[in-house]
Amino acid sequence: MAESDRTTRRQFLATAGGAALGAVSLVHVGPVHATPDTMKAAIRDIVNGAAVRPGKVKLDVPPLVENGNTVPLTVTVTSPMSDADHVVSIHIFNEKNPQPNVGNFYISPRAGRAQIAMRIRLADTQTLTAIAKLSDGSFWSATADVVVTLAACTEEAT
Amino acid sequence: MASALINVPATARRGDIIEIKTLMSHIMETGFRHTVTGEAIPRNIITNFTCRYNGDEVFRADLFPAFSANPFISFFTVATESGKFEFQWIGDNGFQETASASITVT
Amino acid sequence: MKRLRNISLSLLAVIAFTSLIEAAEIAPGERRSGASFMSVETQAMQNDATANPGMLGVLDGEVLWTRKPAAGRACADCHGDASSMRGVAVRYPAFDDKLNRPVDLEQRVNLCRVDHQQLPPLADESRDLLALTALIGRQSQGMPIETGADSRLQAFIDKGRDAFMRRQGQLNLACTNCHDDNWDKRLAGSAITQAHPTGYPVYRLEWQGLGSLKRRLRNCMIGVRTQPYSADAPEMVELELYLMSRARGMASETPAVRP
Ligand code: HEC
Ligand code: HEC
Repeated sequence: MAESDRTTRRQFLATAGGAALGAVSLVHVGPVHATPDTMKAAIRDIVNGAAVRPGKVKLDVPPLVENGNTVPLTVTVTSPMSDADHVVSIHIFNEKNPQPNVGNFYISPRAGRAQIAMRIRLADTQTLTAIAKLSDGSFWSATADVVVTLAACTEEAT
Repeated sequence: MASALINVPATARRGDIIEIKTLMSHIMETGFRHTVTGEAIPRNIITNFTCRYNGDEVFRADLFPAFSANPFISFFTVATESGKFEFQWIGDNGFQETASASITVT
Repeated sequence: MKRLRNISLSLLAVIAFTSLIEAAEIAPGERRSGASFMSVETQAMQNDATANPGMLGVLDGEVLWTRKPAAGRACADCHGDASSMRGVAVRYPAFDDKLNRPVDLEQRVNLCRVDHQQLPPLADESRDLLALTALIGRQSQGMPIETGADSRLQAFIDKGRDAFMRRQGQLNLACTNCHDDNWDKRLAGSAITQAHPTGYPVYRLEWQGLGSLKRRLRNCMIGVRTQPYSADAPEMVELELYLMSRARGMASETPAVRP
């Protein structure tokens, strides 16, 4: 079940949004997608060899989402956000979308609070990772598991 | 015609931490989809977003295809002085949109 | 796709079977908006006007409302501020005196385009038509749905009701089998809901955009593998009319968000 679910989700995300293109029918070709390994590589690019410690970061995402097209996500980092001690950037990664990166966010002590929210696409049930870079150069992270369910009565005839 | 929905409090006290919410209309075509005849649908996404507060950058983001259509981003900033927030979205195919909102800080 | 399809088909078989004992229509006190079946996160997205993506359509509608055609008048020139449309959407589909039949809100907007602006009608599901109906619908947000109060509509409502009750498609299912008899159950992860059209046009996450009630109904018709009605088919308006009158008294949520 898990295996075929996965194929279905990918196809589903590949076809979603087709309506915006009017009559063009869409099919998904080829197994292009991120893997836990490509996610690790994308994380390496950001942290540049530094250690990433779990902690300080909170990743809020519904454990079960109704539609993978629009998944609300909030990242909060515990930080005084002072000139001496603050969050410099926040980076979000996923394992199973076609690409491992979701977004990079750059903030400063002027933010006052190290919290960002957004809506993302998830092609499948998977684990998300958020990493925060602090002003002392250290990296902190959190992960969250998300289960994506399939919408009923869509425009796909099959 | 691209619409943006921006939410900035009209007034705040100096030092208040305020939330800014932005919603931009955009298809965010991933570039990973194909038509039935096998042609790749080219990527068409917003790649960058910035917010300036009286000219100073207070928030910046790089966006990837995993962002939902009509991208929504919210973040915080400290209300320091009255003035203007300027928002800019930049993307594929020369996409460039701006919006602004003013705030009175007491 | 196969595996999931099997799951949903077996679920459908259960639905078809249990519904041999026809359940009654939903009692007024038991009616629930589709919103109440959604996750708290999706409800929050709908309820926060500063974060509801359907509001982008309303903003587009405001621009169109005041836009002057090359010759002729803008919507605003005849109707004034969009707030003059308060209470209008909750009466649609409504009986049109000239056509002597019910028209839905999209058709009403297009009548103004053609009769009063000398412009071609806007295409079904076009961005502009959705934007204008979202703007008009938004003016009635929170107001109770009144559709069907006009007695001239009764014969059309009855036809829509017949269609709702009639088994159809390869799966031989009627709308009522899911939406009256099994609204407390789930189908492949989705809540079935009672099918009250309280928030159209809705921003459906599945569509990643706004869509009309007609588009939503076509999705359900494809779901039971029957040929969907075309946008201008009288049957389509009758079904919309029945659904809206069935939701009479419920609060309008336009622009709602749905999964
Ligand atoms: C030249 C004047 C004129 C213009 C321009 C015009 N309308 Fe109308 N509209 C009318 C009149 C008159 C009616 C009443 C029905 C009729 O006689 O056609 C009406 C009725 C309506 C109604 C139904 C109101 C109700 O209470 O049931 C809606 C909705 C509407 N118009 C929307 C629009 C929109 C949207 C536009 C712009 C795209 C527009 N109208 C442009 C004159 C106009
Ligand atoms: C097999 C069960 C099934 C049948 C039969 C069915 N639907 Fe649905 N319908 C659903 C499900 C499930 C949803 C909700 C899906 C979602 O939102 O993810 C739904 C949603 C709807 C909605 C949207 C309600 C809202 O809150 O916006 C309407 C309206 C609707 N159906 C009407 C109909 C009509 C009319 C028919 C008959 C032509 C029909 N349905 C047949 C399962 C069914």
